[in-house]
Amino acid sequence: MRLIASELACHRGGRDVFAGVNFTVASGEALTVSGRNGAGKSSLLRTVIGLLRPAAGQLKLEGGNSELTIAEQAHYLGHLDALKGSLSVAENLGFWAGFFGAPAIDVGKPLEAVGLAGLAALPAAYLSAGQRRRLSIARLIAVPRPIWLLDEPASTLDAAAQIVLADRMKSHLAGGGLILAAAHGPIGLEKAQELRLGDAA
Amino acid sequence: MTSLTALLVRDIRIAMRVGGGALIGVLFFLTVVTITPFALGPDLALLKRMGPAILWLAALLASLLALDRLFASDHDDGSLDLILMGGAPLELVVAVKGLAHWLTTGLPVVVAAPLLGLFLNLDPPAEAALVLTLLVGTPALTFIGLIGAAIAVTLRRGGLLLAVLVLPLTVPVLIFGVAAANSAGSPLFGASFTILCALTLASLVVGPFAAAAALRQEME
Repeated sequence: MRLIASELACHRGGRDVFAGVNFTVASGEALTVSGRNGAGKSSLLRTVIGLLRPAAGQLKLEGGNSELTIAEQAHYLGHLDALKGSLSVAENLGFWAGFFGAPAIDVGKPLEAVGLAGLAALPAAYLSAGQRRRLSIARLIAVPRPIWLLDEPASTLDAAAQIVLADRMKSHLAGGGLILAAAHGPIGLEKAQELRLGDAA
Repeated sequence: MTSLTALLVRDIRIAMRVGGGALIGVLFFLTVVTITPFALGPDLALLKRMGPAILWLAALLASLLALDRLFASDHDDGSLDLILMGGAPLELVVAVKGLAHWLTTGLPVVVAAPLLGLFLNLDPPAEAALVLTLLVGTPALTFIGLIGAAIAVTLRRGGLLLAVLVLPLTVPVLIFGVAAANSAGSPLFGASFTILCALTLASLVVGPFAAAAALRQEME
């Protein structure tokens, strides 16, 4: 499976965020996107999953399921955690698992993987920022999808959780997945390609 | 299908929890109808004549109450991004959210209406007609409201705009709903009631499509 972007451009709010972005990520590979604030890292990820329409250029997925769009084969971990405070930790994860097509799932395992097993019955409103992020990561573990789009995945995570995340990313890559991550610092992927946005602008 | 079922269950759960919209809507309905006799005075004939109109107005306002956060809360916490990514067609997603909203705010109002009808001195045939018109008409209020909720999704204080956008569109529903409820037992009931049914059916189709189009536009 290969995700190919050619001459991708994004235009938002009357200004060009980025233009002429090219990359190819194949199964088992990771690409980290870096750049100053406002360089368009998040916009690039949102363009890939179709939440933003590219102003120019093309996105192609080779070797994926041709019946599905890129977004339907991808997980997106954005700045917002997409959690409902009035639902419990297990209910939040169970909903997303069901919504992404894995209804009869045991949420215990993914919660344990991110260290939230003991908090399954707690309303998500009581979680700290790092715990909310962990719960979002549990979603990626609960429902297998080949493409991971991670926007600053390590922000708010403590050292232990960053190691867990790095391990998960490595096993995802080893299993033939591909990762696109926007990050300012290292996120534990040594062999990742790097794409710098905003230098030309 | 599983996506939509999961969404329906989640929205109903959220509405039933503390701070959700379900109780607020029916409590508001109860409050408005209960204080009306105090304002109008103890004239039983007047209450009987105005009863259906008051209940309909209260039902309309109650259904608007929880509507402004319907998409905005999902937008604010990032859920809407993930929902848009999922494979489910946006029109169906919108319709399912509308269904959840009706089940948690419209249906309780319909159930509470007979009791409140007694407060307003309605006789049994009038009560039956009122409940029937509310049962058929409140889905129209919700599904027309979806359009406003979708347009106001990115606005911080969308509630007021929502009311301004949605209330004019609900005028036909209000007219024929109250007309049918008022003409209980007379031959006129059939005509008004049929038009009310038609308005509901039309809104069930137009609402989700218009709301989905508005959401797509807003999310760009």
